[in-house]
Amino acid sequence: MTLEIDPEIIQITLRSLYISGAATLLSVLWSLPLGVIIGLRNFSGKHLVKGFFNALLGIPTVALGLFIYLLISSSGPFGFLNLWLTPLAMIIGQAILITPIMVSFTTSAVESINPEIKDLARTLGASETQVSLAVLKESTSGVFLAVTASFNRAIAELGVVYILGGNIRGWTRVLTTYIALEHTRANWGSVMAAAIILLSIVFAVSLSMNLIQRRRT
Amino acid sequence: MKWLVEIRNVTRKYGDVTALDDISLEIREGEIFTFIGPNGSGKTTMLRIMAALDKPTKGEMYFEDVRVNDSNRGDIRAKSTMVFQKTALFNTTVYKNVTYGLNLRGYPKKEIDERVRDVLNLVKLEGYEKRLAKKLSGGEQQRVSLARALVLNTELLLLDEPTANLDPKNVSIIEETISWVNRERKTTIVMATHNMFQAENLTDRAALIIGGKIAQIGTPQEIFRVPSSHLASFARLENVFSGTSRLLEEGTSLIELGDGLTVEAAIRREGRVMFFVRPEDIILSKKPIISSARNTFRGRVREISDLGNTVKLKVEAGKEFVAHITKRSFKEMQLSIGSEVFLAFKATSVYVV
Repeated sequence: MTLEIDPEIIQITLRSLYISGAATLLSVLWSLPLGVIIGLRNFSGKHLVKGFFNALLGIPTVALGLFIYLLISSSGPFGFLNLWLTPLAMIIGQAILITPIMVSFTTSAVESINPEIKDLARTLGASETQVSLAVLKESTSGVFLAVTASFNRAIAELGVVYILGGNIRGWTRVLTTYIALEHTRANWGSVMAAAIILLSIVFAVSLSMNLIQRRRT
Repeated sequence: MKWLVEIRNVTRKYGDVTALDDISLEIREGEIFTFIGPNGSGKTTMLRIMAALDKPTKGEMYFEDVRVNDSNRGDIRAKSTMVFQKTALFNTTVYKNVTYGLNLRGYPKKEIDERVRDVLNLVKLEGYEKRLAKKLSGGEQQRVSLARALVLNTELLLLDEPTANLDPKNVSIIEETISWVNRERKTTIVMATHNMFQAENLTDRAALIIGGKIAQIGTPQEIFRVPSSHLASFARLENVFSGTSRLLEEGTSLIELGDGLTVEAAIRREGRVMFFVRPEDIILSKKPIISSARNTFRGRVREISDLGNTVKLKVEAGKEFVAHITKRSFKEMQLSIGSEVFLAFKATSVYVV
């Protein structure tokens, strides 16, 4: 028996990995510092800020997709950038979608670190920036979890990529939009193959992050 | 002798709670100074202010005659370091824990390695470099914390209850290290403890701190030889007895403890008295003691505790007496639970509280 793999599904899988990977990296740029700052600093309204990000954890992806669409569609304020129906729009959309996850998880990870670590770093001669770095280093496992969960949320979502990217074959088609389309066509073989690939990616990412963690400690 | 640290009228409040109340004292260069007091008396707050980790609500601190403020707090932290009561460790190897402060100071790798080797030898953790710090035993973890502070060779070392909840072996290693560092490197050490034995034997001066105020300050002899009501109010003093005292013609007093037991004391006091005898002042012997000691009793060993260099024995002799003897004496006397012993102490070893 030979296993035949459709070259299109490989291409779609790679595109999914690229778009969600890039979205995760992009979100790391702002979410990680934001999470660390909220976790480390005490300021008035901290509860409100944390509550805001927690509330956004369950934001419906179609609603977010629609909101971003209104901004980047040809009649929207950023219409001149011609982003709609491009992989870049999908990357930006997913990066915004996973921001609350990454911020909330990072904040919790930083807050869970024994406050004595801060004093320890200070008494050993660390500046305030070095203190923050020490805390971030201590909360690496929580930050790893934040990044993993964010990537998994991104690669598994449908609403944002569908509204912002469409489902253009060879251009913006990703695993979730492919599954949705093939499902309507009742192509069960393709649907099952794509779903298994998607699940395998999610499990593989979680497992490898776990292994990396275990090696570190 | 020069002051290293001067505390002037320092008050520290947390909301409505006053942790320190108008404290003034000086720490001399090269001394071991101990804060003793019950939990919540302000010992840790005092150390945190000295470590420039906390600010006084009122009052000032001077380090080498320089007033500590927000702009020089970092410089003070570079000259002092604190070991916390609750062991805080970075989630990494012993080596990386110990080198953290050295790396911040930009020491070359070769010097860092040499210093780490020396300091781990000092705390008897040689060869532990690659071990994960958080996987070590509680005593070993505390020794890593101590090594991480000592490796910086700062002018001031602040130790918050460095041996709390540790077994005798670890206590002994830490105490020996503290003494060595003070003796050989002339490091000024300020320590908080409620271990009376440690405060008395390890330190040059001590302050009794109760309710955020200094109740007494002086040499251990001044504080412990004549225990004040302040000390008795929280310290678990051993061999504390009460009885009725009457004057003797010789100028001493005879205190009746009940059950026919009497103790002669070199004081002149009548009526109800409370007194104590220091466990180190009690002499033990397997044969009846003929000496100048005015008080001799016969009893049996009820309990034996290993304290590292010394052994603590509880002896039932009508009343329960606690005696500290050296390990060598303990071995030579071949004592065990139930052994018959004779104990003796001088009339001048009886202190009225």
